[in-house]
Amino acid sequence: MSLSAIWGLVQTALELGLTCSLTVLALFLSYSMLNVCDLSTDGCFTLGAAVGAVVAISGHPYLSIPAAMGAGVLSGFVTAVLQTKMGIDSLLAGIIVNTGLYSINIAVMGKSSLLNMNRTETVFTDMKDLLKDTPLAGFQDLVIVIIAVALVIVFLALFLRTRLGLAIRATGNNPDMVRSSSINPVFTTIVGLCVANAFTGLSGCLLAQSQKSVNIDIGSGMVTIALASLLIGQTFMGRGSIAKRAVGMVVGSVIFRLVYTIALRLNMPAFMLKLVSSVIVVIAIAGPYFKTQAPMLKRRLAGSRKEAD
Amino acid sequence: MLTLQNISKTFNPGTVNEKTALRDVSLHLDPGDFVTIIGANGAGKSTLFNAIAGSFYPDSGSIVLDGRDITYQPEYKRARSIGRLFQDPMRGSAPAMTIEENLALAAGGGGWLSHVSKAEKTAFRDKLALLDMGLEDRVRQPVGLLSGGQRQALTLLMATMVPPKLLLLDEHTAALDPGTAEKVLTLTESIVRENHLTCLMITHNMSSALALGNRTLMMDAGHILLDLKGEARQGLTVNDLLRMFKENVGKALDNDRMLLS
Repeated sequence: MSLSAIWGLVQTALELGLTCSLTVLALFLSYSMLNVCDLSTDGCFTLGAAVGAVVAISGHPYLSIPAAMGAGVLSGFVTAVLQTKMGIDSLLAGIIVNTGLYSINIAVMGKSSLLNMNRTETVFTDMKDLLKDTPLAGFQDLVIVIIAVALVIVFLALFLRTRLGLAIRATGNNPDMVRSSSINPVFTTIVGLCVANAFTGLSGCLLAQSQKSVNIDIGSGMVTIALASLLIGQTFMGRGSIAKRAVGMVVGSVIFRLVYTIALRLNMPAFMLKLVSSVIVVIAIAGPYFKTQAPMLKRRLAGSRKEAD
Repeated sequence: MLTLQNISKTFNPGTVNEKTALRDVSLHLDPGDFVTIIGANGAGKSTLFNAIAGSFYPDSGSIVLDGRDITYQPEYKRARSIGRLFQDPMRGSAPAMTIEENLALAAGGGGWLSHVSKAEKTAFRDKLALLDMGLEDRVRQPVGLLSGGQRQALTLLMATMVPPKLLLLDEHTAALDPGTAEKVLTLTESIVRENHLTCLMITHNMSSALALGNRTLMMDAGHILLDLKGEARQGLTVNDLLRMFKENVGKALDNDRMLLS
């Protein structure tokens, strides 16, 4: 395989990894910080993609990004209100919103399940024109997602150190403490999920625009893929400052895509992506669990062996 | 300062698990009162605290704190004027966050989007130094690394960071080893005294119930059995307390933990 072919693969993995790392950063906020497993992620990702595409197609390439993020905020708000104000379990709230979003997404896409942006002006086509005669020509996708990821990481590093950010982290870390303190857990959960889903929406919007199309399944399985990336990132850079851990999320996402790309080269069929991500999540969560159980298992095994003797 | 008027609370009404935890409890505290509360298991001591702090709303009665009716105020709003410590030292602080971050949360103040300032950080260190546990040199460490006693001392500091109108201590030294318990108790006394806090303290240790504070309540079966203050409380011994309990209830106090301590 030639060097340029390898670079091509790495570039694709980087682009996809970085774009989807925005969703990983969203889960970093909702799952790692707020301790809510937000199962509306799939639907919200598609919502961001659909809203972004529709706005871009209607001739507003720059408006498409805040529009997609705003749609994400709305989706997160609904999920949060269901679980904080209406007594619905947080997992169930996510599933309900996810299901509802399927219809909403088709409605947003004009009763179609596929939108084409081949001739649409997007931030990517604009960046392509901008970079035409520079050394970065052809790297518009990378440039845009790197800017987006950097902005989100800086935002998170600053935000999670504000009083509101601290309150959000405490809500996820020790709900007992928060309940008997002057922090309103309803408020912190709502803010946390709104912000997280804004990033998920942004992630979907950028993926759709770089691929120049949206279909209704663009977000399916995204929550598992993002969780897998998050857990990979955590094993590499799980300790230290918030900024470092956030960078770890991005690294995890890129590693996931690299491994996946290599597996594709080794003739793994593309449809295996979701199974691979599921297995990674299982290993990453079950692994540490078995590690804690290992001493006890060993003793039991040793005991039964003695009996057998 | 604090006035409870005929507070009643029944859990699971109308079921086989029906339990009346508080019956017509009325209580008035003056500013600066330091009241110790003793009673058998299930006497309603913690339920009384839950009612005052707003963990649930009472079935009847009213609660007035510093002239404001807080009967229907949600828990997190009351928490601004009521500090609370539990028996479990893990309950009062966030383990994955640093000592500094925990203190910043407790200190409140500033806008939601403000960061903790340098001056505040220095103030945190000064306060931590008062605990005499070496925590002032560990402000960047996650609270999860601290021992139970250190965490409870930190929680005490957090609860009194912004001096509350009322401090509720629910057997806050019971889970600590005797030496640490003693230290946290001394600390409690000095913080309460310096900030002129009004304080309610549940304890299973009858001698410290008599030694600390200026008033002692004995609870049983959801109401206040004895309210000892002033001259009636002076010179009272643990044996006197036990005798009074038996006279009032008609049976001996059956809390091993109380008798053994």
